[in-house]
Amino acid sequence: MKMESEILGRPGHAENDVWRWRRDFPVLRETVHGKPLVYLDNAATTQKPQSVIDAEAAFYSRINANVHRGVHALSQYATDEYEAARDKVRRFINAADAREIIFVRGTTEAINLVAQSHARPRLTQDDNIIVSAMEHHSNIVPWQMVCAQTGAELRVAPVNDAGELDLDMFAKLVGPGTRLVALTHLSNALGSITPAARIVEIAHAHGVPVLLDGAQAIAHLGVDVRALDCDFYAFSGHKICGPTGIGVLYGKAALLDAMPPYQVGGDMIRSVTFGETQYNDLPYKFEAGTPNIAGAIGLGAALDYVSAIGLETIAAHERDLLDHATGLANGIEGLRIIGTARHKAGVLSFTLDGVHPHDIGTILDHDGVAIRTGHHCAMPLMQRFGIAGTARASFSFYNTRAEVDALIAGLAKVQEMFQR
Amino acid sequence: MSDLRDLYQEVIFDHYKKPHNYHALAEANHVAHGHNRLCGDQLTVYLRLEGDVIADLSFEGNGCAISTASASLMTEALKGRKLDEAEQLFQDFHHMVTHADAEPDPALGKLEVLAGVREFPARVKCATLAWHTLQAALKDRAEPVSTE
Repeated sequence: MKMESEILGRPGHAENDVWRWRRDFPVLRETVHGKPLVYLDNAATTQKPQSVIDAEAAFYSRINANVHRGVHALSQYATDEYEAARDKVRRFINAADAREIIFVRGTTEAINLVAQSHARPRLTQDDNIIVSAMEHHSNIVPWQMVCAQTGAELRVAPVNDAGELDLDMFAKLVGPGTRLVALTHLSNALGSITPAARIVEIAHAHGVPVLLDGAQAIAHLGVDVRALDCDFYAFSGHKICGPTGIGVLYGKAALLDAMPPYQVGGDMIRSVTFGETQYNDLPYKFEAGTPNIAGAIGLGAALDYVSAIGLETIAAHERDLLDHATGLANGIEGLRIIGTARHKAGVLSFTLDGVHPHDIGTILDHDGVAIRTGHHCAMPLMQRFGIAGTARASFSFYNTRAEVDALIAGLAKVQEMFQR
Repeated sequence: MSDLRDLYQEVIFDHYKKPHNYHALAEANHVAHGHNRLCGDQLTVYLRLEGDVIADLSFEGNGCAISTASASLMTEALKGRKLDEAEQLFQDFHHMVTHADAEPDPALGKLEVLAGVREFPARVKCATLAWHTLQAALKDRAEPVSTE
């Protein structure tokens, strides 16, 4: 029998940690088509550790009640847990104040909120918003919509052939009419890490606020919103081992205070008469209706879990996986890696000559290897590279070198089938 | 357990690598664009209808092995057919790729190589894209049809 370290391909204590972490994720024990699951679709969503599953179940089993409403004991417990989760988020991204943490459904809702509540009232036809060529549709379409509503212009900062943001071109696009910069922190389709702090610096020199789409970055990079000095930061819980349906908008308090509510209804008001309604304070002004209480508590548990391992440890292990995968992929004839930025994390996106990504996905799936194929909700980026789509393997800290090897073996099988 | 070879048969690869009737049709009197939202694949079907007979049929586009082979096989199967025969063939084909218990149907001829698709539900849309696009072409729909 092989030793674990042998399976992983190198000695050391870190691999034992990976196997220990894997035991915390029940789904990783599943088989698919009779083969052990090799889950390499982490950019789409991550798996959940038992502690997150337990946290949600414990809420519903023992303290389910609505928040911010009742005088009874359960309502108080639920409120305490919900607000404790908010503070965990605050600490995780190093925000100054828990009032700056708005619970939303996910990154998409966070961006729509900023588009409609922050940007829309400020935009005229002389203004513009800047995105990049490598945005996810969720960081394109909300801005297209608000531009259509106001007559403002949507400017697109280009990326080079390696999939890196062209910082000089970006700087030239920022002008007196620019009202907001909305950029990804880590591209879901390419894995490129954008120079977020530098982007913020350039934008702020023109007095322009910056929203960072952190849907991918949150699980791979240590995010410090105060060090980045970004004005808004959006992410989804499910991409960092948390539940679906819960996400976060961070915004600087002064900006959030100046914004009208996005949705209106219960819990977000101070007083209501038919003549006039006074809105609640931050963050409740932006949390109309009963929130996803269990989801927020689950997200808090996920952040506890990830923090206990540590983002530095996670980043180092994922770096090793990506280097290992990139090295092996480069040895495959006809394979072209899409996205070769110097600063990359977590994603190996590629095409294979003569084989459509969809067929790659089906054949790999047959061996239990789950990847994503297609345009990755980044159709303009695919057009930029002149392709219809890619096959994408995306890694998490619980993946092993052996799983990367299974991916590469699967690709050999794909080529063998198609070269008959 | 489903077998990959049931899906990826030799004939499928032949039609993927060298699709038949793969060109635009200058004399087409019906055209439609198809789009698989799942993967972004695009397909155009050209059709020349004479009375109720499909006199000529072709396609262009960029797709996976299954959608390309299915489009290629469809153009072969339908050339010279009457519209009601084409409609019946589509019904039979659709039944074959969506029903695990579908009996072999001699009327389907070569199209039967796509029967394996029924074991791969995620790929049914690939196999039916060309057929949906053909239906749109017959109705002269201006909007691209999708498989949703």
